[in-house]
Amino acid sequence: MASSIPNEPLIPEDDSLAFSQKTKAAEFFTSLLHSWTGLLGVAIIFILLFLSIFGHWIAPYDPVKTELTAKLLPPLTDGHLLGTDHLGRDLLSRIILGARISVIIGLSTVLIAGLIGTVIGIISGFFRGWIDIVLMRLVDVQLSFPFILLVLIINAVLGAGLKNIIISLAIGGWVIFARVIRSEVLALREKDFIQAAVATGVSRFEILIKHIVPNLFTPMIILASLQISSFIIAEASVSFLGFGVQPPTPAWGNMLSEGKDFIFSAWWLITFPGLAIIITALGINLFGDWLRDTLDPKIKGK
Amino acid sequence: MAEDYLVKVQNLKKYYEVSKGMFKQKTIIRAVDDVSFSIKRGETYALVGESGCGKSTTGKTILGLTDATAGEIYFQGKDITKISYSDMRKLRKDFQMIFQDPYASLNPKKTVREILMEPLRIHKKFEGKEREKKIHEILEIVGLSKSHLHRYPHEFSGGQRQRIGIARAVILQPDFIIADEPVSALDVSVQSQVINLMLDLQKEFGLTYLFISHDLSVIEHMTDRVAVMYLGKIVEVAETEELFENPKHPYTQALISAVPVAHPREERKRIILKGDVPSPANPPKGCPFHTRCPFAMDICSEKAPEEVFFTDGHKATCHLYTNSKEEIKDVIRNS
Repeated sequence: MASSIPNEPLIPEDDSLAFSQKTKAAEFFTSLLHSWTGLLGVAIIFILLFLSIFGHWIAPYDPVKTELTAKLLPPLTDGHLLGTDHLGRDLLSRIILGARISVIIGLSTVLIAGLIGTVIGIISGFFRGWIDIVLMRLVDVQLSFPFILLVLIINAVLGAGLKNIIISLAIGGWVIFARVIRSEVLALREKDFIQAAVATGVSRFEILIKHIVPNLFTPMIILASLQISSFIIAEASVSFLGFGVQPPTPAWGNMLSEGKDFIFSAWWLITFPGLAIIITALGINLFGDWLRDTLDPKIKGK
Repeated sequence: MAEDYLVKVQNLKKYYEVSKGMFKQKTIIRAVDDVSFSIKRGETYALVGESGCGKSTTGKTILGLTDATAGEIYFQGKDITKISYSDMRKLRKDFQMIFQDPYASLNPKKTVREILMEPLRIHKKFEGKEREKKIHEILEIVGLSKSHLHRYPHEFSGGQRQRIGIARAVILQPDFIIADEPVSALDVSVQSQVINLMLDLQKEFGLTYLFISHDLSVIEHMTDRVAVMYLGKIVEVAETEELFENPKHPYTQALISAVPVAHPREERKRIILKGDVPSPANPPKGCPFHTRCPFAMDICSEKAPEEVFFTDGHKATCHLYTNSKEEIKDVIRNS
């Protein structure tokens, strides 16, 4: 060919292909092994998932069986590792089964809110114009309203229960996704490779689907992982206030709510569910932070 | 005569409106202000000027990446400013762009194969196996190899990425390529490789280039004609050799005097311009260059100069040459 470049390839031609593809997954796990916070987060998430799936078999007692003769036992008495509550139910079993509620709520709200928010963010950022103005003012209005209050109001209208709290949390939470995704789309739109696609003659729809959306996965995953914990905490707050998951179903929030009456006589009733919430939120946040550091080359620090 | 021209730009204007607040008047930024030029088939036409003079905007407007405020752009005799987005899409196989920043111009989520496949797919060129063959061919032409097909842009160096960008631009065998500072983001050693690659491709495919750059030594090396832009206007046009030997406009003279000299003994008087480029939102009255011109006369701040023609299509927009030759000599001698 008439190329003026030396014929040898510029990258050494080793057994490169298989190698470079293997490294992608490998790099991911090595990076996880090198970060103890990320590892801790992943461990906590695994425990949480394990408990929520196999909780029924692991729990030492029936979490809803009341036994009034054994009420308010302190931890480490009569085989109750974490003690019992005012109805004599085993606290450890209830915490183990409460994990399931948290996982269900965390995952499903993030899915619903993330989907709604992402779609709206993409529409807003890609098409701009009046639709962007309308949608973003809607977001502004909702953001000016306290999140928990909004969730409570929606819950008051819909009624309590697992399904309704998922709906209300999703309605309260989509705005963050819409905001972040919109700004990502706005930044992407101006990138040279989008201009290059326009110059190639790619249709607007294809630019959106093939060039913009694939570049949104990373921010979406990062945001979702960071939002899950805030949804779990919000569920606990709502349940604590009596709107969420109804007793006797064990959920960390309503366990706190029931325990608060005994705060001076039986400290373990609010301490352990509270710790469960804190550890869960911490674990997910640690994982989310690590994920962001690994996936987002902008913050990768090089 | 008219058929010789592949691209003809007439009175092109691109203004941006910038609002400074809800109740304040909008300022108009004249990024490209009444620019006309024509590019012959097969030549390399350079747009040169310092950053912010509107040369990149001119290129993007010709490609329809931004809409022109006014003026016409003729491509193969057809005015492409009035064409709809979807009709324009079909025309795009005939003109392509090479971008400045090879790190931003390739989609990080796509492999080299996907990047090069896209133009073929969009314009329905070739089928299945033949597409693959074409991609292999073009990769080899730009100096990469088959083993790079399934790699992502981040696995390549800047020069290699620019080769991918060039491959994407030429794979449809367009007639016209706009190269927007294609080498300014690259190492000097890699620059010459990429430039030689572009020249080879031009010979092989009969390409016409609009070469946008601020680097005069690159322009001297590879272009046929040069248009010098200042504050959104073209101030001088000439064949490359003529321009470097005999620059007429004081701005061109200053630019050329600023090119580093390779030989240590060779001395050249450098013309150092005072001040900064005025804001395109508020360009000076009269000649836009008079605020920094070493030869500025009274008339320069009052009246915009007309084009003055010299030999061989050499023209400059300057009052120095509208007066009699005697006066010019005086002005130059006195300065």
